[in-house]
Amino acid sequence: MTNQTSWEPKIIAFLCTWCSYAGADLAGVSRFQYPPNIRIVKVPCSGRVSGNMILSALKSGADGVLISGCHPGDCHYISGNYFARRRFGLFSNLLDFVGIEPGRVSFSWISASEGEQFAEVVKTVTERVKKLGPATRLVKKLE
Amino acid sequence: MPTINEKITEEIRAKAKELLESKEVAAFLGFCLGSLPMTTRPFVARSPEEADKLVWNSFCVLNPANYLPELLKSLEPPRGPRDPAPKGPLPKAAVLATGCWSRNISIQIKENQLDRERVVIVGVASRGKVDQRKVKARFPDQEILKIEEEDHKLTVSGQDFEEEINRWDVVRGNCLTCLHPDPVMLDIRIGEPGQERKNDSPFQQVNEIENKSTDKRWQWFQDEFASCIRCYACRNACPLCYCDTCFVDDSKPQWVDKSIDPVDTGLFHILRAYHCAGRCTDCGACESVCPMDINMRILTKKLSKDVMALYGSEAGMDPEAPLPLSTYKTDDPQDFILTESGAAKEGM
Ligand code: SF4
Ligand code: SF4
Ligand code: SF4
Ligand code: FES
Repeated sequence: MTNQTSWEPKIIAFLCTWCSYAGADLAGVSRFQYPPNIRIVKVPCSGRVSGNMILSALKSGADGVLISGCHPGDCHYISGNYFARRRFGLFSNLLDFVGIEPGRVSFSWISASEGEQFAEVVKTVTERVKKLGPATRLVKKLE
Repeated sequence: MPTINEKITEEIRAKAKELLESKEVAAFLGFCLGSLPMTTRPFVARSPEEADKLVWNSFCVLNPANYLPELLKSLEPPRGPRDPAPKGPLPKAAVLATGCWSRNISIQIKENQLDRERVVIVGVASRGKVDQRKVKARFPDQEILKIEEEDHKLTVSGQDFEEEINRWDVVRGNCLTCLHPDPVMLDIRIGEPGQERKNDSPFQQVNEIENKSTDKRWQWFQDEFASCIRCYACRNACPLCYCDTCFVDDSKPQWVDKSIDPVDTGLFHILRAYHCAGRCTDCGACESVCPMDINMRILTKKLSKDVMALYGSEAGMDPEAPLPLSTYKTDDPQDFILTESGAAKEGM
């Protein structure tokens, strides 16, 4: 494990291919600066992201997780993100309930045209996770 | 004077006999006595004679809905996986249902696990079931050999003791906070209808944990589930857990490793509870079967609280309404979403 000063968090970002992933692309093309801490996993829709996937990321050593999809009303599959929103609301409360620090797992809506917003969200998420320090809860350590 | 439970037992047997004799149903799903004091077993009577084994008492803690879909399948004439479904109506089964169990049946119907036409719901208002852990806790070093039940008290006896206890003092936690003891749907009623109950803080236990700090909650979570042996009895007893392959058995990807590492146990419990969100009726079967006395029901209770608060719905209460997670509103709460809460700017 690296020491606190040089430690950089690893953040897994599940991005919906139609909006947030394209938003990330735009941020890159437009040369908006954002922290290099995120590792993107492209998903077909935010509705595809399950609790299993989020916890797997934490278990495997991610310090933070970001899930981002299209704005409500803009889902490529019409309602995927509406269903996801209900599930995510409950899931984030449940994680809070069992003592996972608020800020480890974040959610956002970012459209394909919001490159700048994407960069801002990544900055915020990275800042939050940095403040929390390396993840220790629900992280599987191999001895 | 016969007790309420004795009267209900008689009524259940008579009804079961009638239904089986007339061939209205091919099977009657209820309970028979278990081999140890304070236990019952799920039991299927398939003939009028077998109906005499059915019993009703405070120890009927398993949820019969759990066995219903499989029972109905077993009543169908045998056929290969590619054979067409047989023509004509398939055999029916009757099932005992209290408030929570009837709600589980209503959910199974919604989720296409049950055909309403093939189920005869025999409704019984619940008077609360007894938690055998609570009884045992009162007799720590003694072996309970016999328990006799009256309407409001239990007489517990063993080798060299006999003691009376108040029944309500040892009723299960989920029954204590239950608001709807009467079935939400039924075809036949047994006994008297039950009254809706009032409770100003049905989520008291959840609130207590919510009020702790994040670190304390984490500590509580670690402690509560530390002794779990991953036997999956809680999952197996639950009528919502009918997946052909449970996520714990997936191997590619392997969401949860097969160990009792606290992380794996934690993941199992978070995800099992989460899969029950908006569907759990707080029937308590999971908790009643745990060999390690773990209170895993608190997680589903927390979810029920949030489902109520956020989406205004109570699992299975309205057989007509869609389940809360298979529907949505365009204006559902979303303060937890970074880009909606204004928090996106906070780190800047
Ligand atoms: S825990 Fe989840 S995956 Fe496993 S049987 Fe229950 S609902 Fe299905
Ligand atoms: S999770 Fe437990 S309390 Fe909820 S329906 Fe399943 S067995 Fe009953
Ligand atoms: S029944 Fe108890 S010991 Fe078994 S898996 Fe569930 S919580 Fe763990
Ligand atoms: S396609 Fe982007 S959230 Fe559904």
